[in-house]
Amino acid sequence: MTKREEKILLSHGNGGRMMHDLIENLFLRHFENKLLSEQSDSAILPVNTEEIAFTTDSFVIDPIFFPGGNIGKLAVCGTVNDLAVSGAEPLYLSVSFIIEEGFPMNELELIVQSLAEEAKKAGVSIVTGDTKVVNKGKCDKIFINTAGIGRIKTENNLAAKTKNTKPGDVIIINGPIGDHGMAVMNARESFNFKTQVLSDCACLNGLIKEILEQTTSVTFMRDPTRGGVATVLNELASKISKGIEIEESALPVNKGVQAMCELLGFDPLYIANEGKVVIVASEEESELILKIMRKNELGKEASVIGKIVAEHSGRVVLKSVTGGKRIIDSLTGDQLPRIC
Amino acid sequence: MKYIDEYRGKELILSIAAELRKVSTKEIALMEVCGGHTMSIHRFGLKGLLPPTIHLLSGPGCPVCVSGQHFIDTALAYSKMPGMIITTYGDLIRVPGSNTSLEKEKANGRDIRIVYSTLDALEIARQNPDKKVVFLGIGFETTAPATAAAIVEAKKAKIANFFVLSAHKVMPPVMQALVEEGVKIDGFIAPGHVTAITGTAIYDMLPNQYGLGVAVAGFEPADLMQAILMLVRQIESGVPKVEIQYQRVVNIQGNLIAQKLLEQVFELKDESWRGLGMIPKSGLKINAEYSSFDAEVQIPVEIPASSEPKGCICGLILRGMKTPKDCKLFGKACTPSDPVGACMVSGEGTCATYYKYRE
Repeated sequence: MTKREEKILLSHGNGGRMMHDLIENLFLRHFENKLLSEQSDSAILPVNTEEIAFTTDSFVIDPIFFPGGNIGKLAVCGTVNDLAVSGAEPLYLSVSFIIEEGFPMNELELIVQSLAEEAKKAGVSIVTGDTKVVNKGKCDKIFINTAGIGRIKTENNLAAKTKNTKPGDVIIINGPIGDHGMAVMNARESFNFKTQVLSDCACLNGLIKEILEQTTSVTFMRDPTRGGVATVLNELASKISKGIEIEESALPVNKGVQAMCELLGFDPLYIANEGKVVIVASEEESELILKIMRKNELGKEASVIGKIVAEHSGRVVLKSVTGGKRIIDSLTGDQLPRIC
Repeated sequence: MKYIDEYRGKELILSIAAELRKVSTKEIALMEVCGGHTMSIHRFGLKGLLPPTIHLLSGPGCPVCVSGQHFIDTALAYSKMPGMIITTYGDLIRVPGSNTSLEKEKANGRDIRIVYSTLDALEIARQNPDKKVVFLGIGFETTAPATAAAIVEAKKAKIANFFVLSAHKVMPPVMQALVEEGVKIDGFIAPGHVTAITGTAIYDMLPNQYGLGVAVAGFEPADLMQAILMLVRQIESGVPKVEIQYQRVVNIQGNLIAQKLLEQVFELKDESWRGLGMIPKSGLKINAEYSSFDAEVQIPVEIPASSEPKGCICGLILRGMKTPKDCKLFGKACTPSDPVGACMVSGEGTCATYYKYRE
């Protein structure tokens, strides 16, 4: 290898020697697997299944390092979770980088390390990728795109099952909401809150696999990322043309997140999560699902937060702690802080 | 969580509701002046817990709503000038001006930044000495001291490129104006955080001159229920007075340091309120000593006169004379994602609150 540069230069993206070195000595070293080592234009994947699930997501988070993760970890979790909540078993990822000229090489390495670690943990292989370097100021530090392919059994194809959701079915979440959004906000805006809020960023495919293997009644799963739990529930209510009722007192929210929300005028129901899954299943199986979740590190604080109802079709209604009811709408615009 | 859970306890709230049903005999109208109170009342469904004798009216306490279009149009005009950075609290970003909004101008490449503190705006000025940095000062006695503090700091640190466009207002004159105008009110749920700054003397004229009760309330459901109970007891016994429900934050004298800052930097001026018209001595203008930081003085712009959107009854709603349900646009042509009037834009506006918590 030629001398390792400390910063990303335009020539790291020019297709020549330096790009070759970057791929060999950074990406291949961390993502090491047989399919990727072929270094052909496309990876040829053995996928032995009736159907495959395919998804893609781009990551432009700011700041790129935040409490509980970084853009690399997020880029794996986001795509793995999109596959997992569809009922698929994630297998292969692509990773594409758009890097700003001058980006520190050691930071890139940290991000690549996280990508590799998280992929290993989730049991997926990074089998193809791309690197572009753009002039300084033409992108903000680093953007990552990942695409993912997963194997899906017909009986686990949740998109086809959602219509079977019926009144009385329960809504379960695997833990406290709002951690990711508030962790990023705290890091970005330097509020200097003394409380440490960590992003919940995590791959959920292991947890979801256990649930799908041991239960039969799950009709819907979604990871409540941007727009939060409120937005996911609104999408569900309108998709199945039934009502949803949630209990405010049952919503799990960490203290630090609740305090930040109270101070800034946010509602945790609308804050992004990156390691949470909203599951709809029959009431009979809810105890079993909670048991499976609570045995898993990522589901310790799982709880039932509400149920599907026949009334107020298409609407999500929250029963407040005082017994009052209010409608929970989808997010409009960005959540804005209060001024008085 | 401490300071939250104990004020949201179901038993406590229901016991106050039971007490209210016992003591309330007269048909009364209470006005909550503050947008934060309107939010809490709807968020926790408190109206449903009150006996039918008690009516709640929403008042003009959302600063974004009562600031006329002239203010936002001026801010928009500034944003289009070369070498400008506009700094603002997030609440203003989506407020429609006559033709555009700060959000749209931001997308057009204007330098518009959301800040959470006036001192952040000042820091932006410090770091951009070749730009003019305008902070959009909005809010009542709660936020005005922070603006004053930034101006004083700017003077001390000799930061000459920091300016404030002030739409700051004070509360008592508008409360008085509503009563004078004949809006039927029997008592006020007074704004807790305004009073934390001002102290309670500003309300003395309400019981003394008009025979109206005042309860300074906190923002949790038990706070509001208790304040309503205080007012009902005052009215039933015929002894109106100024009471503090929000004792964990408010005292009689208020925050003297903040009051001094307000006096140091601002002077009272006649101010035009959306829907209410000109109210004498209800606005805060930066005084002569600090006029080098007054955007209106230092960066003059011509703003054409604007008219209220057609069909919008924000004005009547802000006076407590109509509710959003009386508006033809509400929930149809006017929604939070596509607001017509200011009461729908601000998260604490009456229309936005009614929409968000509609049945």
